[in-house]
Amino acid sequence: MPKHETPMVDQLESGPWPSFVSEIKRQSEARHQKAKEMEEAGKPYQIPVDVCDDLLGVLEMSFKDGTTHWKHGGIVGVFGYGGGVIGRYCDQPEMFPGVAHFHTMRVNQPAGKYYTTEYLRQICDLWDFRGSGLTNMHGSTGDIVLLGTRTEQLEEIFGTLTHEMDQDLGGSGSNLRTPACCLGESRCEFACYDTQELCYQLTMEYQDELHRPAFPYKFKFKFDGCPNGCVASIARSDMSFIGTWRDEIRIDQEAVAAYIGGELKPNAGAHASRDWGPFDIQKEVIDLCPSQCMRLEDGKLIIDNKECVRCMHCINTMPRALRIGNDRGLSILVGAKAPILDGAQMGSLLVPFIKAEPPYDEIKEIIENIWDWWMEEGKNRERLGELIKRQGFQKLLEVTGIKPVPQHVQEPRHNPYIFWKEEEVPGGWQRDIKEFRKLHQR
Amino acid sequence: MDKEAAKQAIVDFINSKSKSKSKFYFNDFTKVLPDMKTREVKKLLTQLINEGVLEFWSSGSTTMYGLAGAGKQHATEGEE
Repeated sequence: MPKHETPMVDQLESGPWPSFVSEIKRQSEARHQKAKEMEEAGKPYQIPVDVCDDLLGVLEMSFKDGTTHWKHGGIVGVFGYGGGVIGRYCDQPEMFPGVAHFHTMRVNQPAGKYYTTEYLRQICDLWDFRGSGLTNMHGSTGDIVLLGTRTEQLEEIFGTLTHEMDQDLGGSGSNLRTPACCLGESRCEFACYDTQELCYQLTMEYQDELHRPAFPYKFKFKFDGCPNGCVASIARSDMSFIGTWRDEIRIDQEAVAAYIGGELKPNAGAHASRDWGPFDIQKEVIDLCPSQCMRLEDGKLIIDNKECVRCMHCINTMPRALRIGNDRGLSILVGAKAPILDGAQMGSLLVPFIKAEPPYDEIKEIIENIWDWWMEEGKNRERLGELIKRQGFQKLLEVTGIKPVPQHVQEPRHNPYIFWKEEEVPGGWQRDIKEFRKLHQR
Repeated sequence: MDKEAAKQAIVDFINSKSKSKSKFYFNDFTKVLPDMKTREVKKLLTQLINEGVLEFWSSGSTTMYGLAGAGKQHATEGEE
C-alpha cells in the first residue's frame, strides 16, 4: 500500500516508454526492504526511509494544485566551496517530511565517463546510506547528479567522496561548471585531439574557478573530439573546443570502390534496419556535400579540401574510405548559451585552428584573457555570449589579441562587424581635400 | 590598501547596505575595491568565507555573498 495516493503521477507509467515514476517506485520498494538489513549492519539510513514515497506525493500535489511545492536555493554547501550543492526544500514539510530537505549534489564525472564497477557500487552505497538512493546518470551538465539529501548530511557525504573515493564535487552557481568531453581518442577514430586529457588538465588547472564563484554568471567548457560534436559543445558551452584538421582528408580509393561496389556497407551498417537499395555515392555523398567540394573522376573520388567545411557527412558515411587529416588540432568557439535571455545562441568561431598539445599554454592564455574581460565588463548574470553581443565581436578579438581573419565572418559584405581603426589606415581619417578634388569632381 | 583594510572595507560595505540588502553579487565587491584585481578580491572573499564572516548563498544558477546569518534564511524566505 503506497504512502500517498498518486493517480495522476501513476498515469505517467502507462505509455510504452520507460518511466521515472516506475523507477522511483522501484527504489522506494528496495529502500523499505533494505531498511532492516542496513540497521543490522550498523548503517541505518541517515535520511527518512520514505523519501521516495514523499517525492511522488509532492509531485501529485503539484499536479493537483498546478504549482510547485519546491523552494530553490539557500545557504547550503560544504565548507569552503561555493558550488556543487543545489539547495531544495519542500514547502509542505509536515505532509512530506521525507523531502523537507531534498538537496542535489553535483559530482564531477571522470573525463569520458569511464567507471569501474567498484566505483559505481561505492557511490550507490553512499547514496543509499546518506541520500535518497536516486541518481541522475548523468545530468545535462555532465555531472553525476545525486538527488535528495538533508543539510546535515552534506559534509559527511563530501568527506566520504573526497577522502575515501578521491572524488570531487562539480560546479554550480556562478562558477566554472564541470568541464565535459566526449570519449575522444579512447574509442573514436574521428577524434582530432585527446579530449579527455584536455578536459582533465583544464579541470585541474581551474579548480579555484570551479569551486569559488567569482564570475558574473555560469561559465561552461565542453570538448568535442571532432565536428560530429557528440557533446554538442557548439550549442551548450560558453567556450567550445571542437577537433579539426588543417591538411587533407585521407582517401583510400580502393575502399571508395568497395563502397560503390557494395562490398562495404555505408555508415558501417548503422541504418540497415530497412532496405535502402544499393548505395549511390553520387546521391548519398557527393550531392549532399554542403560546399560541393567532391566529385568522382574515372571511379576516383576527388576532394577540393580547401572548400571542405568539416560537415563530416562523407567521413561518417564511408569511414573505411575517408579519414580525418593528419595535421590535427582544434577550433575554439565562444558564446553559446540556452535561451533564458535574448534567445538561444550558437558559438561563434574565435580560433579557427590551434594545436592541442600539453601543457596547453596557448589555450590557457586565450581562456584567461576572455575571463579577465568578462569578469571586468560582464554585468551580473550576463553570459559571455551576451557580453560579446553587447560590446561586439571585435572587442573580443582585441582582448584576446587575435587578428581578424576571414573565418570570423560568415559571409562577405553582410553585417561587417569588424571595422578598421584610424591607426590601422595609412593617413587615418584625414584627407587632403585638394588632392581628392583633383581626381573627383564635386 | 593592505589585506586587513580591504577586508574591513568589504564588511563595512555590506553593513552600510544592510537595511536594503543582505546578499551581494561578486561584482559589487570589485566596485568597492576598484584598484584591486578581481582575482585578489576573490582571494579576500574566500578568506572571509573561511573565517566564517561571510557565507555563500546559491540559487543553483547564481551565487551571492552575504554576512553569515544575515538576511532571511531558507525557512522564512519570501515571508515578512
